[in-house]
Amino acid sequence: MIKVKLCAGALLASLIPSLSHAEFLGYVGVQARAFPSTAVDPAQGSETLSGILAPEWYQQWNDGEDSFNIKAFFRYDSQDDERSHADIRELYWQHVGSNWELSVGINTIFWGATESQHLVDIINQTDAVEAPDGEDKLGQPMIHYASIQDWGVVDVFVLPGFRSRDFVGEEGRLRSIPITLSDKEQYQSDKEDEHIDYALRWSHYLGDWNVGLSWFQGTSRDPLYIPQITATDAYLAPYYALIEQSGLDLQYVSGDWLWKVEAIYRRGIGHSIAEDYAATTAGFEYTLTGINSLYWDLGLLLEYSYDSRPRLSAAPFQNDIFVGARLSLNDIASSELLFGYSQDADDQQSRNAFVEASTRLGDSTRITVEAYHFHSESNQDPIYSLRRDSYIELGLEYYY
Amino acid sequence: MSIKFLPTGILCLLFLCAANAATADSLENAQEKGLAIATEMKSRDRGWVDSSAEMEMVLHTRGGRETRREMRVLALEVQDDGDKSMTIFDSPNDVKGTAFLSFTHNNADDDQWLYLPALKRVKRIASKNKSGPFMGSEFSYEDLSSFEVEEYDYRWLRDEEVNGELCYVVEIIPRDKYSGYSREIVWIDQVHYRALKIEFYDRKESVLKTLTLSDYQLHLDKFWRPAKQTMVNERNGKSTEVFLRNYQFRSGLDEQDFTENSLKRAR
Repeated sequence: MIKVKLCAGALLASLIPSLSHAEFLGYVGVQARAFPSTAVDPAQGSETLSGILAPEWYQQWNDGEDSFNIKAFFRYDSQDDERSHADIRELYWQHVGSNWELSVGINTIFWGATESQHLVDIINQTDAVEAPDGEDKLGQPMIHYASIQDWGVVDVFVLPGFRSRDFVGEEGRLRSIPITLSDKEQYQSDKEDEHIDYALRWSHYLGDWNVGLSWFQGTSRDPLYIPQITATDAYLAPYYALIEQSGLDLQYVSGDWLWKVEAIYRRGIGHSIAEDYAATTAGFEYTLTGINSLYWDLGLLLEYSYDSRPRLSAAPFQNDIFVGARLSLNDIASSELLFGYSQDADDQQSRNAFVEASTRLGDSTRITVEAYHFHSESNQDPIYSLRRDSYIELGLEYYY
Repeated sequence: MSIKFLPTGILCLLFLCAANAATADSLENAQEKGLAIATEMKSRDRGWVDSSAEMEMVLHTRGGRETRREMRVLALEVQDDGDKSMTIFDSPNDVKGTAFLSFTHNNADDDQWLYLPALKRVKRIASKNKSGPFMGSEFSYEDLSSFEVEEYDYRWLRDEEVNGELCYVVEIIPRDKYSGYSREIVWIDQVHYRALKIEFYDRKESVLKTLTLSDYQLHLDKFWRPAKQTMVNERNGKSTEVFLRNYQFRSGLDEQDFTENSLKRAR
């Protein structure tokens, strides 16, 4: 009896590590932003302090075939109540079969290849109060099935529930003038934010090539902005049209060169006020390795973006050249510097630039510095509202 | 010209020709022997199918400061081509969840991808990046990738003892134009064909780094793996130790565990 118990115990003990693997991780951070120029709207402040909490937890079982993942994000911002926000980035269960995966819940999905903007990437709403680069995304509820075959990966998405974009509040910087009011949102669909969207993607890797073809049907993540004038004030109301978007992303690697193309065609569905248009971003990243005796790497980026819409209604990248440089110090602190400069080819006075640098202090803390510069002199320019919002940001993040 | 000198001249010429032929002959022999040693070394290491191990890196600065890095490495043996491997980073905390996938190829550039968990993005990496330092250590990506016979030219130099073990000393010259080295000299023990020491040379023909592989352990009665590797940078005096623990072989990994999808969910 004792022997049996011992055996069972030993068996159980040996099984547990392979059955389950769990971890709690994430980071806490503080950020200070200062805007040296006087704001366009006197209601806007000129500096802000933020606290960030980004916990993450996952649990695997069934030898890793099943997992449960949670990732939350909280920001408290001293200047802007709208920028103080919480979001569930991930909360999903995933099952992995021999050549398929099924995920159910809230998740974040990235598609694409280029650096200056992400045209093809459409599953998640942008977390627009976070940063002007649009890299932060809100969690999207989804059922995601992926079939992994010799001829590529097919992803099928059912996206119930739409996440509308949150806009910076009255006191905040980096917003439209007049203000865009998140709660005045309008939808083309009668179902409003309960419209069910669908997406498909096929992606494949063939030697030096990576290719993706994608299709999306549903509520556009990018709203149109409808000017509203009342007796007392003026504002922009976000309007979410129904669209169909077809996308292509292509990447070719050859030695030190990485060539990238993204292209989309977007079409309004039904009686849409959204224009049909095509847009593309194409360019390369060229890496110089070991540029000095300390083995720094320098990546040079050049991308061109085109949007077929007239300038006023187009995205900021409608006929723009982007040049950038990524410097990796390859040191123990993983120090990195990224620089980017965008110039509008139609308007010499429309340009913006940024620098992002980060390094590790000790084992668990990262210090970041970010600076953005916006320049615009024409009110026809999509970045005109930001012309006085150049800023510098200092951040400290502790990872656990 | 005096006739007296002629026979001497011819003799010299004949002698030179003979010497040249002998050198060419011995060079060819040395190359064949070098290739044979490398081929034997690789063939003795065939059949492990798949492997996984925990890896700890200890980075030492010249001032004596220590930094630790932890990761897990998975590898899959591929027939008729280079192996596939995946590295999952566990520390430092800010890179936790970052994962690196590599397909080495015998006669083509390697394919490499990096998964960045903060952006949930898989990035393709240009093949040339292999010569750069790995995680700020004295190892480069190249030093940590699998050994493939087809990726080098060989020349046996001599036999020599290392720590009481008789070794073949073989010069290997990378064929890959993106390699960070002009040549390497490897000490391989004659009993088990294990690399015990490697010297890495730069383009200026001076020793850049020296790797010592020790604490070899036998797995599945066939495969020798070093539990400890020490890389010393001869230029700056820094060094990195790599400890590999908890080796598992033939645990059922397959092609599906080495895809962009599996890279995204590696934790």
